[in-house]
Amino acid sequence: MKEIINKIEKLYPISDFKQQNDKTALLTVEQDKAVDLLIYMQKFEGFKHLAILTAVDWIENNQFQLSYIINNPELKMDLILRVFIDREKAEMTSIHNLWEQAATYQRELKEMFGINFPNSPRVDKPFILEGWDGLPPYRRDFDTKKYSEDTYFPREGRTKNNPVEYMKQKLYPDE
Amino acid sequence: MSKLFNIKEDRSLFPEKNEHGKIDIDLSSHKYLKMWHGPQHPGITGNMSLEITLLGDEVMDCETHVGYLHRGFEKLMERRKYIQCFPIVCRVSVPEPDFNEYCFAAAMEELAGIEIPETAKWLRTLVLEMARLASYLMWIGGQAGAFGQGIIGQWTNYLRDSMLDRFEELTGGRVYHMYIIPGGVRGLLPAGFKQRMEENLKFIEQMMQDVDKVMFNNAVFKKRSVDMGIIEKDWIYKFGITGPNARAAGIPLDVRKDNPYLAYPELDFETITASHSDIYNRADLRRKDLLLSIDLIRQIMAKMPDGGEIRAETPNVLHWKVPKGETYSKAECTRGEYGYYMVADGTEYPRRINVRGPSYTHAVSLLEKMIINCNLADIAGLMVSLHTYPPEIER
Repeated sequence: MKEIINKIEKLYPISDFKQQNDKTALLTVEQDKAVDLLIYMQKFEGFKHLAILTAVDWIENNQFQLSYIINNPELKMDLILRVFIDREKAEMTSIHNLWEQAATYQRELKEMFGINFPNSPRVDKPFILEGWDGLPPYRRDFDTKKYSEDTYFPREGRTKNNPVEYMKQKLYPDE
Repeated sequence: MSKLFNIKEDRSLFPEKNEHGKIDIDLSSHKYLKMWHGPQHPGITGNMSLEITLLGDEVMDCETHVGYLHRGFEKLMERRKYIQCFPIVCRVSVPEPDFNEYCFAAAMEELAGIEIPETAKWLRTLVLEMARLASYLMWIGGQAGAFGQGIIGQWTNYLRDSMLDRFEELTGGRVYHMYIIPGGVRGLLPAGFKQRMEENLKFIEQMMQDVDKVMFNNAVFKKRSVDMGIIEKDWIYKFGITGPNARAAGIPLDVRKDNPYLAYPELDFETITASHSDIYNRADLRRKDLLLSIDLIRQIMAKMPDGGEIRAETPNVLHWKVPKGETYSKAECTRGEYGYYMVADGTEYPRRINVRGPSYTHAVSLLEKMIINCNLADIAGLMVSLHTYPPEIER
């Protein structure tokens, strides 16, 4: 793995290399060179298998992290390629031409995180959520509790108890 | 054999495609019929629907629709402490929850720098192989049922139930086990377990001979499955295909061999492959894989230590702050590569957990491609042959 990294660090703006374990490595690459690097890794370094494309919301840094996990079946190595993109202008180049299944991942990311992948097939079509027009639900600032309180109403006949008070009352009623 | 049954013409030439390689579908011509297949249907464990466009009884276009089972597992996990995620992860794939438990626990242990004891490693391997066996037994019934052989489903579900008895004995649960926990496992083998397991395995082997006669040597099953639903070799990496679907096409992808985990390096086995991935070969490969699982369970029970530590020392699980970092842990489930991508930010709550279920790639992009020119009556059989569980798609 080290040899590959030595080779690509001359060609691409990479940083934060870390050997997580003997089979997995982490790498960060600049946004504008990320797809170039993915093409290079797929065509020339044998990282033929895309296992995951997902996002992490670093709301405190106003960034999204896109993680591409690619695998080299000959070397039997996984590489987690991290790309940080601006949270306000969440847009990334599509890789559906490299891996067909990426279109599905990108469609999900558009729906759940609001990250746009222009020209990706069916990217604007709802995937899991139907008729959703609010904040993309997997963003950190989406408040699940508030959403359920606003959307649903408490059923009649249900009461709420403070567990500490309730158990105290139940176990030691005389105190 | 393929020559004997190859009486189908090349349907992929009909109807003609435009310059973009697509069929011009004009619904107002009344030639085509749009219909929904699902969400409840025989082709799949769970709810997923296909919006298909038919010309006669032949599929011209298809779009997968999911969302019927969405519970937002990944979001829920961000709001829970690590240990509270355990009742959630096993529900991502119902027939084989143990792979979820293992991948989640392994990712956590790696980030926290915990090495699990030797006995726990063997017990985890045993539970994973038992889950594989139970899941395959359920699948065989589904595959036969989709081609009209209901009796196989009754036999193999009975066999699966006998495996669930062993699970109940070992873990206390039949479907959801929550046996694999961070740092190790929850208990040792009960007294007499090995003997009861051996009897169980013998019974399964014996019944599988009957399944072989009635299903795999059945002319109707062969006629409907040979040369049907072919996965080309060059699709494997293009579509992210893993597991038996890839192995049947001749690509030996098996995480147990490629990226050995737990006690697999000490077990003696070969990855089973075939050269032609059609429905029949995939079914046959899974049958062989099932028998391999039986062999592996025997090897594990013979080689594993009888007692010893089963749990490494961990911090108090309710106040466990996993160090900042990220990792990807994976295992080979019955359908392919199962993976958990975990990002920890140094707090008591996971920052992000992403589940890679093999169905994600198989049931959407691959199925939509394979189903074109398929007969309406064969859709269920084709879907089962990909072995998909929809909850993995919409975690």
